[in-house]
Amino acid sequence: MNHIALKMLMGDKGKYIGIVMGLTFASLIMTQQPAIFTGLMSRTYSFITDVGLPDIWVMDPKVQFVDDIKPLQDTELYRVRGVSGVEWAMPMYKGLLKARLFDGRFQACNVVGLDDATLIGGPPVMLEGKIEDLRRSDGVIVDIDGATDKLGKPSSIPGGKPVPLKIGDSLELNDLRAIIVGIAKVTRTFQSQPVIYTTYSRAKSYAPKERKLLSFVLVKAKKGQDLAELTTRIRESTGLAAYTQAEFETLTYEYYMHNTGIPINFGISVLLGFIVGAAIAGQTFYNFTLENLRQFGVLKAMGTSNWTLLRMILLQAVLVGSIGYGLGVGLTALFGYTMRNTILAFKFPWQLLLFSGAGVSLICIFAAIISIFKVIRLEPAIVFKG
Amino acid sequence: MNLAVRCQSLVKTYDTGGQKVTALNGINLDIAAGELMMLVGPSGCGKTTLISVIAGILDQDDGNCEVFGENLLNMRSRDKLNFRAHNIGFVFQAFNLLPALNAAENVSVPLIINGMKRIEAERKAITILEHVGLGERWKSLPRQLSGGQQQRVAIARALVHSPRLIVCDEPTSALDHETGHNVMTLLKDVALHKDRTLVIVTHDARIFDFADRIAEMDDGHIVKVKDTR
Repeated sequence: MNHIALKMLMGDKGKYIGIVMGLTFASLIMTQQPAIFTGLMSRTYSFITDVGLPDIWVMDPKVQFVDDIKPLQDTELYRVRGVSGVEWAMPMYKGLLKARLFDGRFQACNVVGLDDATLIGGPPVMLEGKIEDLRRSDGVIVDIDGATDKLGKPSSIPGGKPVPLKIGDSLELNDLRAIIVGIAKVTRTFQSQPVIYTTYSRAKSYAPKERKLLSFVLVKAKKGQDLAELTTRIRESTGLAAYTQAEFETLTYEYYMHNTGIPINFGISVLLGFIVGAAIAGQTFYNFTLENLRQFGVLKAMGTSNWTLLRMILLQAVLVGSIGYGLGVGLTALFGYTMRNTILAFKFPWQLLLFSGAGVSLICIFAAIISIFKVIRLEPAIVFKG
Repeated sequence: MNLAVRCQSLVKTYDTGGQKVTALNGINLDIAAGELMMLVGPSGCGKTTLISVIAGILDQDDGNCEVFGENLLNMRSRDKLNFRAHNIGFVFQAFNLLPALNAAENVSVPLIINGMKRIEAERKAITILEHVGLGERWKSLPRQLSGGQQQRVAIARALVHSPRLIVCDEPTSALDHETGHNVMTLLKDVALHKDRTLVIVTHDARIFDFADRIAEMDDGHIVKVKDTR
């Protein structure tokens, strides 16, 4: 009877495509919108992920997320270095500074100051130049997206694309010259500001004069050292906050989750997608069953049991659900691939596949159940009505 | 007389929007095995209700209906399904072929319901289609066949599992005179034999000559049974 069920389903190409399209749309919305949401939320802590090397981040206890800088005194660095279990501890400056561009415009930039000696915390991928070039006079490294777009030189054609910065070009940070010695690839941040890397001491000279300028202390634990124990030890002995990389990412992520309207906005999009998808697919599938009611009646009259008819409808629902889900997920992946080099945030973890799979399954079960009730209640005597 | 169907004091009432309509009002009818019985009468007289009860797809409110000695009302639902699947064949006014299935697949449906493998069922279906003159058209979809050809496919479907009773609801009313005549000839020649009974509901006076007996119905009663042999 499975063969008959599939033939009934695919016999009317228009309706079959309609049901599949409804489910594809629902699946697309249920994967694409959360993928953008996940991408956006992962950008909130992308800077922490990019830094990578340190095991533990030490900061002021009042810091709520990675861009919430509450500077420390430089002496805190030595206190952290003094904690047992610490292999090394390096300073990092992070601040939002205005850069004066080639044409006199100003652009806010994330300036990151790395330890002068080791340059730990530098960009993950160098596209041009070497990180060691930061040791050259006034040297800075800019990220490729910033260099191409927001920091770019004005085009000679009115309305044309900016001319990307290249090695040797210069900027002004707080009236001080900064010469580009490298172009790096970094993960876009939530604010999508250009990122400028320099040395810690040079970053302090660019920053407005303040008594405290140390943003973070980056810590590497000794081999075999339990990270949870070490963070507790740092907290207890310095009075500062200490988080493992994963904990700091979670802290940042949760700040945005609880203090911005982003989750609710995306949640509404996903919910609407689910409802519209369920309505389209459910209605089309139900109509399909209604239009085939006489055929189900004929099968019932000939001796087909309700259980067999139920299995036939479930098979039809599972098939259209699987195809719709596959197409929706495929379109989402294609969308993500097409947008990979744009400003759009997009991240497609496997959990989203489960989420949308569960959503599409719910729609199919809902559509199948309302159809099944109709068929089970069907009087086979309907077949004799003209 | 070897009885195929015995109806005694059959009563069936429908509730249509709070109003009771009595479709069968004390029907008594015996149909012999190997007989072609026609049920005739004006619209709404209860013909379709009667064959629905005889075919076991509708339960009567009162009275008794035995088909090959089995009281369908007392049967469990699963047994009744099995009984229908093995013993009853259906021919409908509107053919009721599954539009997505080709002729052979349509004919094979009763065999598949009875548990036969699809390939084997389709092979047997093609043989039956040859009997009804459609061996060459076994791959055709219903929409590619004329009305008469569709009804012949429906007859093949009603015959394929060798049922002992075939119920036909207005089998010729959607067909022109010549095609209707051919369909009835086919039914009488191929479907009817000493172990198989045909009950045909019809308005079509042109086919009355094919009947062994004609039961005239009116207002839920059988008013006359005429032997035409």
